[in-house]
Amino acid sequence: MSAATGAGRVRLPSAPYLLSAPALLLYAVLLLVPLVATALLSLHSFGIYKGIENVYNLANYHDIFGDSYFYEIFGRTFRIAILVTLLAAVIGAPEAYILNRMRAPWRGIFLLVALGPLLISVISRTLGWALLLGSTGLVNQGLIAIGLIGEPLQFMYSETGIVIALTHVLIPLMVISVWASLQRLDPQIENAAISLGASASTVLRRIVLPQAMPGILSGGIIVFALSASAFATPAIIGGRRLKVAATLAYDEFLNTLDWPLGAAVAILLLVANVVIIVGCNRLLERRYAEVFR
Amino acid sequence: MSRNGPVALIFHALFVVFVLAPILVVCAVAFTPLGFLSLPTQGLSLRWFRAIGANPEFVEAFWASLWLGALSASIAIAATVPCALAVARYRFPGRDALVAFLQSPLIIPPVVLGIAFLRFFSEIGLNGTFLGLVLSHVIVVMPFSLRLVIAAASGSDPQLEQAAVSLGASTWQSFRRVTLPLILPGVVSGWVLAFITSFDEVTMTVFIASPRTTTLPVRLFLYIQDNIDPLVAAVSAALIFLTIAAMLLLDRLYGLERLLVGRGRD
Repeated sequence: MSAATGAGRVRLPSAPYLLSAPALLLYAVLLLVPLVATALLSLHSFGIYKGIENVYNLANYHDIFGDSYFYEIFGRTFRIAILVTLLAAVIGAPEAYILNRMRAPWRGIFLLVALGPLLISVISRTLGWALLLGSTGLVNQGLIAIGLIGEPLQFMYSETGIVIALTHVLIPLMVISVWASLQRLDPQIENAAISLGASASTVLRRIVLPQAMPGILSGGIIVFALSASAFATPAIIGGRRLKVAATLAYDEFLNTLDWPLGAAVAILLLVANVVIIVGCNRLLERRYAEVFR
Repeated sequence: MSRNGPVALIFHALFVVFVLAPILVVCAVAFTPLGFLSLPTQGLSLRWFRAIGANPEFVEAFWASLWLGALSASIAIAATVPCALAVARYRFPGRDALVAFLQSPLIIPPVVLGIAFLRFFSEIGLNGTFLGLVLSHVIVVMPFSLRLVIAAASGSDPQLEQAAVSLGASTWQSFRRVTLPLILPGVVSGWVLAFITSFDEVTMTVFIASPRTTTLPVRLFLYIQDNIDPLVAAVSAALIFLTIAAMLLLDRLYGLERLLVGRGRD
């Protein structure tokens, strides 16, 4: 069926293909070719004296799956991503609900405060956390001042520090997602429940949460995927020693110069990302088919 | 609608502190009069902002980022507008697949794109060139502009174009005089979002930038990896001020909620 929806107007059936040809051409040359070349590169082997060899085998993948060093890094990446996703949901979802209940002009102002950081460079935001979390930073000074701790805590170069900073970087996406799903919620339903005698906690549990759930889950998918592949924040807060998957690929490429191994790490990261995002979205759409309609 | 209770407001206050603290601390440290990282408790000074001018690598990287963002956003929009019209106006085999394919860079980790481009560009001799940066950024920003332009094109009435054609306008005239003005808000905000995305991109760019051709975020990132001093705080603060100005402008012109969340319900 290639009939134009613009009824009454005769156009060549090839028109939509011609119109999208420039974009498709750009993508074919600049996206498909480089990605396929990377997949092929990951099958090559590398030697310190021989450089990249034109052989095709799965040795790099074999190395990655057989080495506990890589397990540790992928395990850390996964752990950080899970924690960031949970924190973003626990903090971001209630905040979206609170924002949704505000009145003008506060609603607009605080929505700007919550979402605006998304447009500020990740480097600037992470630098802020590096300043706050240092051993003489404001967080440690504050905790010592109120007597919670005696010695400064080590946040920099720790997973805790990475989780805090990444949560800050990604939480606006959770707020956006939950906010969007709460826009479909008719406030009259809440009022109806209250007038029928439901307590505030019942309203939250039985009416608001089910409505917000698709937003929390789809926000969770985005936050998880982005924190699992995050680079700049773990690199700055984690330093050179505490590696995650993305900084590992960077080191293999630009420091060790083992391009085939770096390519294999990249391909694994890509496959994991696509499987998680596409798979979870499928599940979500099936589960909440009526909400997304 | 019911009001927020005291617990909700305390939660909200803590959230706002959490969100703003790192941004405010960067801005505060940037005004320190001292030679090391510290809060400006003994008066404000602009010495570190002046120091930016004495570091041409930051200034050059800033202009490179500006040009890179403008060029890649413009190329992306030029390819996006016809494609979005095709998606909005026609039902054709492969339409859904086309949209999914054009949105696919969103689910590819930037590290993977960086590695793919590094390999590709070093094979064809574009590595470390400005052209290479522009081409790679076009791919990264295109999904963002595509989304907004498709939304604008789907929202405009095709009958207006038909009226123009039936009154004797050529296809180009009807596009230039009817369609484009109708979808212009979507096109402009698509361009702006593409520009911001390109301007902030660091992870992919760090792979393909060279010391001579680099962007401001990459320059900052590499500098911070070595040492953190008031100079980077000043550069970051200047960036933050610029972003806030752009944000307020964008909010006036288009509505930040509409830009980030999607089209409003009304």
